[in-house]
Amino acid sequence: MNPVNYLYLAALLFTIGASGVLIRRNAIVVFMCIELMLNACNLTLVTFSRMHGNLDGQILAFFTMVVAAAEVVVGLAIIVSLFRSRHSASVDDASLMKL
Amino acid sequence: MENLIALLVAAPLLGAAVLLCGGRRLDRSGHWIGTLLAAASFVIGAVLFTDMLGKGADDRALHQKLFSWIPVEGFQADVAFQLDQLSMTFVLLITGVGTLIHIYSIGYMEHDERRRRFFGFLNLFLAAMLLLVLADNYLLLYAGWEGVGLASYLLIGFWQHKPSAATAAKKAFLVNRVGDIGLSIAIMLMFTTFGTFAFGPVLGATGDASEGKLTAIGLMLLLAACGKSAQVPLQSWLGDAMEGPTPVSALIHAATMVTAGVYLIVRSGVIFNAAPDAQLVVAIVGAVTLLFGAIVGCAKDDIKKALAGSTMSQIGYMVLAAGLGPIGYVFAIMHLVTHGFFKAGLFLGAGSVMHGMNDEVDMRRYGGLRTYMPVTFVTFGLGYLAIIGFPGLSGFFSKDKIIEAAFAKGGTEGWILGSVALLGAAITAFYMTRVMLMTFFGQKRWQPDAEGREPHPHESPKSMTIPMIVLAFGSVFAGGFFSIGDRFLHWLEPVTGHDHGDAPISATTVTAATMVVLVIGVAVAWSVYGRKPVPAVAPRGSLLTRAARRDLLQDDFNHVVLVRGGEHLTRSLVYVDHTLVDGVVNGTAASMGGLSGRLRKLQNGYARTYAVSMFGGTAVLIAATLLMRAV
Repeated sequence: MNPVNYLYLAALLFTIGASGVLIRRNAIVVFMCIELMLNACNLTLVTFSRMHGNLDGQILAFFTMVVAAAEVVVGLAIIVSLFRSRHSASVDDASLMKL
Repeated sequence: MENLIALLVAAPLLGAAVLLCGGRRLDRSGHWIGTLLAAASFVIGAVLFTDMLGKGADDRALHQKLFSWIPVEGFQADVAFQLDQLSMTFVLLITGVGTLIHIYSIGYMEHDERRRRFFGFLNLFLAAMLLLVLADNYLLLYAGWEGVGLASYLLIGFWQHKPSAATAAKKAFLVNRVGDIGLSIAIMLMFTTFGTFAFGPVLGATGDASEGKLTAIGLMLLLAACGKSAQVPLQSWLGDAMEGPTPVSALIHAATMVTAGVYLIVRSGVIFNAAPDAQLVVAIVGAVTLLFGAIVGCAKDDIKKALAGSTMSQIGYMVLAAGLGPIGYVFAIMHLVTHGFFKAGLFLGAGSVMHGMNDEVDMRRYGGLRTYMPVTFVTFGLGYLAIIGFPGLSGFFSKDKIIEAAFAKGGTEGWILGSVALLGAAITAFYMTRVMLMTFFGQKRWQPDAEGREPHPHESPKSMTIPMIVLAFGSVFAGGFFSIGDRFLHWLEPVTGHDHGDAPISATTVTAATMVVLVIGVAVAWSVYGRKPVPAVAPRGSLLTRAARRDLLQDDFNHVVLVRGGEHLTRSLVYVDHTLVDGVVNGTAASMGGLSGRLRKLQNGYARTYAVSMFGGTAVLIAATLLMRAV
């Protein structure tokens, strides 16, 4: 199978994730879209690793997963406490810092 | 012997410190402490003087370095003293006359509850003036110069509860500041030109400097001298300074303060010799002041202000003589010393008259006092004869020499300066005769004062009359003593140099002319104030008289030119500040504010907006990278 197809799939996933981040208001959905973008990147990295025949991309993909896992922990905690205090998970409501 | 020099300054300085810090427990003894320390300074001066007389003319100068004041690489200022014949003359005058004035003040200020403080200020005055004449560099001289300014401020405003005295003190201080600027600039110029400001190196190296620089230094020194010595155009403080107690006036006018300017010019004589333009300006300033003061003196009814005009005029003579160069330096100092005697005597006499007349100063309310105050009358009369130049008395010798020297300047300048000096002698004879006649002769014109107290003229106590008698002796004999055998000339010549000049007319002719104008002046005064009774209310008088009563419009001139001019300058500067400077500043602020208001809208707080900008930025970066690769 042509490895370039994986790249097309990754680009598609990344685009879906980016659109979700820009369009959706629910913090959980935005969060999931960010995960989607990260995984699209992982897919790209692994594909390139395969194409070039070395392991650099795969190692980098592991790093990305570890960072993503940490980010999920912090991000979900923020979203939960935001929901508790404001009874809403909309990211547009969290704009109190603007003048 | 050198080690005694510092004590000259230290004694009165100690007196000032003790009296001003000692508090009320010294109220009963303070005046004695002050007088004793002034006298101690005089005794030290006399010891040094006898020692100096025993030496040859050329090695009489003594030096004492006390300590390094500001030791910096390339800038050495020492507290060091120099006592030569010129300084010695001043030391004896300052401490001698100063001590007499201290003694006089014991009686004069007897009823003043702040007498201790008064003596403290007097001692401070002496100390500052001694520092001024003993310093061996211009920077230390400047310290003394400022000290004199401070002491005069404190003493003129001694009766500070009177608003007029407080204002007069402020005026004297401010006008003096203008002159002080001249001295500080002169010192800076000296430092840039010669790299030092000690007398020896500066005065020894004038040949190396360009004439332009020396002229600048000379003119700045003249400005300084004008401030302290009340010469035109900085003369306006002198008349108002009469608000101080009378002993202060005597001290300022005879021994300290106004003589400082003459000292400065004579001390810096070498600079002026090398800068003829500056020297001519000195002579012109002296000549103008000489007439200015004399005319003001003619119109004043206040006895002290008439004498103040006279001081201005006599100092004008000295400055004129100092502006003649080596022809006149010695005579300037000689007139300064004789003037110190008779002017101190006249002021103390005026104080004695006021003391007996409930502090009345208007001469139109005196009259016929000679029988009530015989001692004052005789001493004042001798001072009067001395100042008008009556043959044989002090003023005759010293003033005559200056007039001769003015003619000996040569050329048209010599004729003009000589004629002005001669005219000044006539006016001097007129106004002093007027003072004499209005005060001691004619009928009584006394009136009760504002509180209805009838004046009871009486002779003053011994502490006041004895100094007056001593000064009267000086007024009579000093001039003759100095002139016989040219004693004073030989004494001072090694320091100041001397030159006979080329007189177009003989000394005898000048003396005869002086006698003629003297007689004319006295005769005119007699015909106006002696023959007819003096009106108790001043007549309206001619235009000149009215102008002279207002000090020849000096204050009006200052008000219009300096005060109004300053106000207009300030207003226009404020206008420029408000429109131009503030416009630029506020405009910048406003445009920044507007710009920020627009930029602020970019920050709308929506997370997706920031996300878009992040994506956009990343896209731009990637596009740029690819573009660079492609190229």
